[in-house]
Formats: sequence, C-alpha cells, structure tokens
Amino acid sequence: MKASPVFKSRSLPWLLLVPTLGILLVFLYFPVIQSFVLSLYRSNLFLGTQRFIGLENFRNIFSGTLAPGFRQVLLQTLLFSGVVVVSGLAVSLALALLANQPVRGARAYRLLLIWPFALSPAVAGTIFLFMFNPEVGFVNQLLNVLLGVKPRWLDTPALAFSIVCMAAVWKNLGYNIVFYLAALQNVPAELGEAAQIDGATGAQRFFAVTFPLLSPMTFFLFFTNLAYAFFDTFGLIDIVTAGGPVGAPPFDHAGVTSTMIYKIYQDGFGGAANLGFAAAESVVLLALVAGVTVLQFRFGGRRVYYGGA
Amino acid sequence: MRRTRWLSHLLLVVACFFVMVPVLFAVIKATQTDSAVLTPSLVPGGELLTNVHAVWVKARLGVFIRNSLFVALLVTVGKTLTALFAGLGLVYFSFRGKSVVFVLILLTLLLPTEVLIVPLFDLIAQRPPAGWVAFWSWLRDPVKVFLTPLPHGLGWSNTFLALTIPFFASATGVFLFRQHFMSIPRELADAAKMDGAGPLRFLWRILIPMSANTIGALAVIQFVYVWDQYLWPRVIIRREDLQMVQVGLNLIIGTGEGVQWGYVMAGALLTILPPLLVFMLLQEQFMRGFALSQSK
Repeated sequence: MKASPVFKSRSLPWLLLVPTLGILLVFLYFPVIQSFVLSLYRSNLFLGTQRFIGLENFRNIFSGTLAPGFRQVLLQTLLFSGVVVVSGLAVSLALALLANQPVRGARAYRLLLIWPFALSPAVAGTIFLFMFNPEVGFVNQLLNVLLGVKPRWLDTPALAFSIVCMAAVWKNLGYNIVFYLAALQNVPAELGEAAQIDGATGAQRFFAVTFPLLSPMTFFLFFTNLAYAFFDTFGLIDIVTAGGPVGAPPFDHAGVTSTMIYKIYQDGFGGAANLGFAAAESVVLLALVAGVTVLQFRFGGRRVYYGGA
Repeated sequence: MRRTRWLSHLLLVVACFFVMVPVLFAVIKATQTDSAVLTPSLVPGGELLTNVHAVWVKARLGVFIRNSLFVALLVTVGKTLTALFAGLGLVYFSFRGKSVVFVLILLTLLLPTEVLIVPLFDLIAQRPPAGWVAFWSWLRDPVKVFLTPLPHGLGWSNTFLALTIPFFASATGVFLFRQHFMSIPRELADAAKMDGAGPLRFLWRILIPMSANTIGALAVIQFVYVWDQYLWPRVIIRREDLQMVQVGLNLIIGTGEGVQWGYVMAGALLTILPPLLVFMLLQEQFMRGFALSQSK
C-alpha cells in the first residue's frame, strides 16, 4: 500500500529538485555526451582548432605508434589498483581488528590509527618525496650509514612504482580503518564467544565468524578503494614521480607510475595538448568504470552505494 | 589472559608507530634549521615557528589555505542545502517521474568528475557566447548541442565559480537525506501540517534539527573531498593567487633543486590541520550518520 504524500503541490517538488538536477545535467551528464563528441575530433588545447576525424583517435589507441603506451598504462593501472586495494584492505582490516580489542586506552589507540583520514594524496606524496629523496632523504641517509648504499628510489622503475603504492596505501589507511571499526561494532560478541566455547582457535574464529560478517563492508570498501586508486591518487603521483620514470621494455612506452587518469591529463593538457585523443581515452576509461559498476550491481545486489561526494 | 593483553598493547603500539612514522618525521623536520633538515638528525629543533612563518608568508601557503577554506566551506554549505531540498522533494511529495529523477541522481554516484576532465574543461574554460541571442540559437539546435563540440563555454577559468558551482549537487547527500527522512515517523509531518506549517517551514523547524548526524557526516565527507581536490584546480586555475592548497603544495616544492624541505614539511602539516579539525569535531556524527549505516 502506498501512502498518500504529505504535501500536495505540482510545482514545488520540481523547484526543490531543480538545483540538484540542473547541476548534475549540466556538469555531469552533458560532459559525458561531450566526451563522445570530442573523441571524434582532432582538437588542440592551445590552438583551439577542431576537425572531425571519425574514429581515428580510437584507432590510434588500439593500433599504431600510440597504442603500446596506452596498453602499458592500462596494465599499470590495473596492477597499481590491485596492489593498492588488496594490500590496503588487508592491512586496514588487521589494524582494525587489533584496535577493536577491549584493552585499556582503546580509544586513544583508535584515534592514533584513524587520524590519517585527514591526509590528502598530495600531502602523503610530499612527505614520501622527501623521505625517499636520494641525497637528503632520511631513508637513504640511514641506508648509507648501515649498508653503504643509496638507491635512486624515484628514478628506478620498480622502486618508484613500489613507493607510489606504499604512499597510496598509507594515505587511505585512516578511511578504511574507520569503516572497518564501525563494521566490527556491529559484529555481536556472543558469536565469537560461542565459537570459542566450541574450541575454535583465533584464526578459525576470524575466518568462520568475523570475516563473513564483515563482507558487506569489505565489498563497499573494495569499490571505494578501487575508485580511490583509479582517480584520487592523481595528486600523489603528480608530486612523487610526475608519472615517471620510463621502464625497461615492454614498459618503455610511458612512465611506469602513470595511471589512466594521469595519461589523460598528460595527453590533453601536457605538451601534445591533444584534447581529442584524451577524450577518446576518457571514453575507454568511462567504459571501464561502467564495467566495474555492472560487476558491483551483479554481485552486490542492493549494495549500490559507491562513496565519494 | 594477562600475557595476551600485554601482547595486544605491544602490537598496538608498534602498529600506531608505523602508521605515525611519516608524519612524526615531518613534524621533527619542520622544527629543524635549514642546515639540520638536510642531515639524518632526528633531534627536534626550535625553528618550527620560523618555518611556519616562512611557508605561510614567503611561500604563500596562507593564500592557498584561505582560498581552499573559502571554497570548501562554500561547497559544503551549497551541497548540503541542495541535497536537503532534493530530499524533501523526493520523500514528502509525489509527482510523475519521481523514480526516474531518483535514478538519474543516484547514477552520478558512479561517475567521478575526473573521467570528465576534458569535456568539463572545454565547457568551463571556453569564452562565453557573444550574447543571449547566440546562446539561444545554439541551444535550439539539438544537432549542435549533442553532436558537435561546444563553440562556447562559461568563461570561468581562473575564477572560484569554476571550483564551486559545478560541485553544488551531491548524490551522496540526496541519498543519505532520503534514507534518513524515510526513517522519520510520518506522524511528525502530518502533525506539522495540521499546525499549518508549509514544506519549507517543516524542513527548517523539524527536519534539519532532526538530521544533525546526517548533516555532520556529510559535512565531513564534503569538506575533505573539496579540500583534497587536486586535478581540477590544477587544470582550471592558472593564477597562483587563486590556487587551491593541494596544488599550492606542489608549487611550493617547485622544481626539486634546492627545495626548502623544512618549510615544505611545515606546509604539509598545516595542510593536514583543517580536515583533521573537522574530522575530530564531527567524528561522532560521522560514525552514526554514515559509517555505521554502511555495514547494515
């Protein structure tokens, strides 16, 4: 049975919705359409020139001289996201479990673990940039004294990639721990106690009771962290490595720490200023986001909430 | 039992230490003199205020922080208001196309602005049309609107308009307010109506005071979201005196040669403070109004 509405008016509900709908239509839906349109043009940011070229931008993404760079960055983005999401969630869950124990001063411990919530990707990047500076960074000064080595962290492809991953995981710890702690509050203590009486070990209790009960939260965090790794890490990458350094073959077509969004930025707003090509790459990225969304609906059922603002 | 408790404390202390290390390092380095900063020394110095002053005034972090505070507060208030209105419209009225409208709003949760950076830049940075006549003739032609690149834009680059107006709608907010309003007993609304209150009065007098947790949670999410923005201000703002704090931090680091690391670290710490303050103040509301509801 559907209840009758509290207030009756034809125009007022629309007036109330106009600000939200107007902004979303003009600044989100319309740009989606324009991404497709622009991807069919050769368009230069600085010159302001535009010429219709059909699907040439897409042909260039998938074959020809520009294609290997795109493939490399796509692969890197997936690798980077995989590492950041999986290790980020694993570390956060472990820390949340630790902080959830009923020990003295638990509140203080929790506060000390969730404060990185206030970190931004750019701040995390700035601190890591200094710590891993080859000459004046603390890490190399320490290594130099202890082992007599001074690795070029940010110029060595594998090392630079790991540093960016580490900084990205660290930045998001606070966010993930806040949500895992909230979820742990909803796990009834009796279940764990019952399992303990049945003789289950700590690990058994975790995998049989706690982890399954946390799965809706893990599901939610999996997708918010994926969005984080794809998009929000831009500032961190820009500050720490600016997308570089270029790797050894087959990773020699682009910087190894460039993600899709970083490449779109470089192609559209960097030296080449090729907005049309960047728009075509955006369309591919949009398709990827749409694919992830479909997965989320398929496996999440009603849990469609994605986070962000 | 005694032993495990002792072990828990040890593990927790080690965990907190590792999570804190980079920031502890930044704190120590922000207190040292220019020459000590470059040495491995981890002895705190007495130069914190000097470094803070240098980064605030000389490196102009103060300007960046003021800009970001202004934009973040404006967007937070704007988003909260539009979301409250939309929630009111969606829950307490019935009209044709309501479910379509809700889906249209909800779908944008899945659409990060960053993917749209190229067309959004095009829309906002291009020069505006010559006048209303030119705009109107463009708008009336669906082929031009939907099938060709924009001939004109809003002309908002290097203004705060570009950093605020496009962000005045919040799908998260609409979603949370709708959820919350639906959990408020209907009798309250009926009673308010009996007393002669219109929808806006009902929103102001009853719904808003009853939504403290949701409003607080949203404020945290939105303030941090705007404060952390990087890519969009980086492409749309080219004037240093209008730049946002995160991009400003990169400007302060500069090219990498001869970086004043002591004051860069002081700058990084100052940049953490406002969101930290907001989070500490609204932590309870955030947990009740948002985090807890995610695990149900």
